[in-house]
Amino acid sequence: MSSLLEPQDHDYYEASARDRISGVLDPGSFTEFLGPENRTLSPHLAQFGLTGAFDDGLVIGAGRLFAEPVYIAAQEGRFLGGAFGEVHGAKLVGLLRAAREGAVGSKVRAVLLLLDTGGVRLQEANAGELAISETIHAIIDVRRAGIPVIALIGGRSGAFGGGGIVTACCSRIIVSDHARIGVSGPEVIETNKGIEEFDAKDKGLVWRVDGGRTRSLMGGADRFVLDRIKDFRAVAHESIAGAPSFSLETLSAEQARLEARLTNYGTFRDAPPIWQKAGIEQSQRIAEMTEKEFASLPRPKEATHDAR
Amino acid sequence: MESFEIRGRAAHPASGQLRQAIIGVNASGNLEVLVERTLPDTECIVGVTTQIDGFRELWQAVIEDFMARASLGGLRFSINDGGAKPDIVTLRLMQSLRRIETGQ
Repeated sequence: MSSLLEPQDHDYYEASARDRISGVLDPGSFTEFLGPENRTLSPHLAQFGLTGAFDDGLVIGAGRLFAEPVYIAAQEGRFLGGAFGEVHGAKLVGLLRAAREGAVGSKVRAVLLLLDTGGVRLQEANAGELAISETIHAIIDVRRAGIPVIALIGGRSGAFGGGGIVTACCSRIIVSDHARIGVSGPEVIETNKGIEEFDAKDKGLVWRVDGGRTRSLMGGADRFVLDRIKDFRAVAHESIAGAPSFSLETLSAEQARLEARLTNYGTFRDAPPIWQKAGIEQSQRIAEMTEKEFASLPRPKEATHDAR
Repeated sequence: MESFEIRGRAAHPASGQLRQAIIGVNASGNLEVLVERTLPDTECIVGVTTQIDGFRELWQAVIEDFMARASLGGLRFSINDGGAKPDIVTLRLMQSLRRIETGQ
């Protein structure tokens, strides 16, 4: 890390999981749980001739965000694509359960999930799939205990596969221009359905369909920020206060929102006609405009809702 | 995949007070280095686990060069390597040393 810039001024996309945590939280406030000295490596990777990581690609712990106590987890998107394995998942589930149980005593104000993942690690697929479902369960429990879970997405691996589902279960979702969120990633769709269905090499198409801009325009993300750690930090803090509670009403509102979206846009094969039909200003220019220009656009009505 | 340890002697203990530091990521062409102040003042160990087999002599040369350049007494370096080139290995070792000595 360059000593010329403070951690908060760094580019979020380029930063490591550890640097993202130092920049998002109040300086010096982070205490890691199960740090690298514990050597919680994956027990499975060596069978495939792969070296592990001392933290299994996930950094977890407690800290402060504008003085408020929070728990935080950050995936390292460069280690095996940030993918979920057994230890990686167990650390995340443990952190979420600790947040919920502390809800009575130590009063964690929020849990921040800095997701950067292609989904489940193929080398430990069953354990990874179980970890995803346990994570989803644990997020719902934390939200039911009245603690918001905020997803921050803007790393090189995006949030795909089970990671996309985990994202959708959070109280609030913050994205940058680099973000991509989806369940089946572009290459998975191309492999299974053919290049006529989806050309994964067409970066423009990938970002128009899965990218941060379209997600924030259509309500798949709540806030769009510039790609600096300090912007994620500020908006993560702002997102805590207004985060929706988790209830039957929330779920019904989300169901209604998704049904309306399917009815209105279900036949389109690319994003620009959807933006146009949704009446979004300058819909023809969305994909071309600069990050700053996009960030300053008024938020479309459909994107502001009390669902999720 | 291959694992081995390279041991050295040090005239002086490494400076600073931090107990441990970590730098880098185990990714293609990259590596992570965990450094811990856990050994007697005159010893130094670099433990390597690398994805790429057959380059132990090269690792030995790079690590002996690092040990000759700096005072590493008391430090254990543990590496998870994803196939980094020698210049990147030297860079990460130097960064890990700076981090445990100064916190930077």
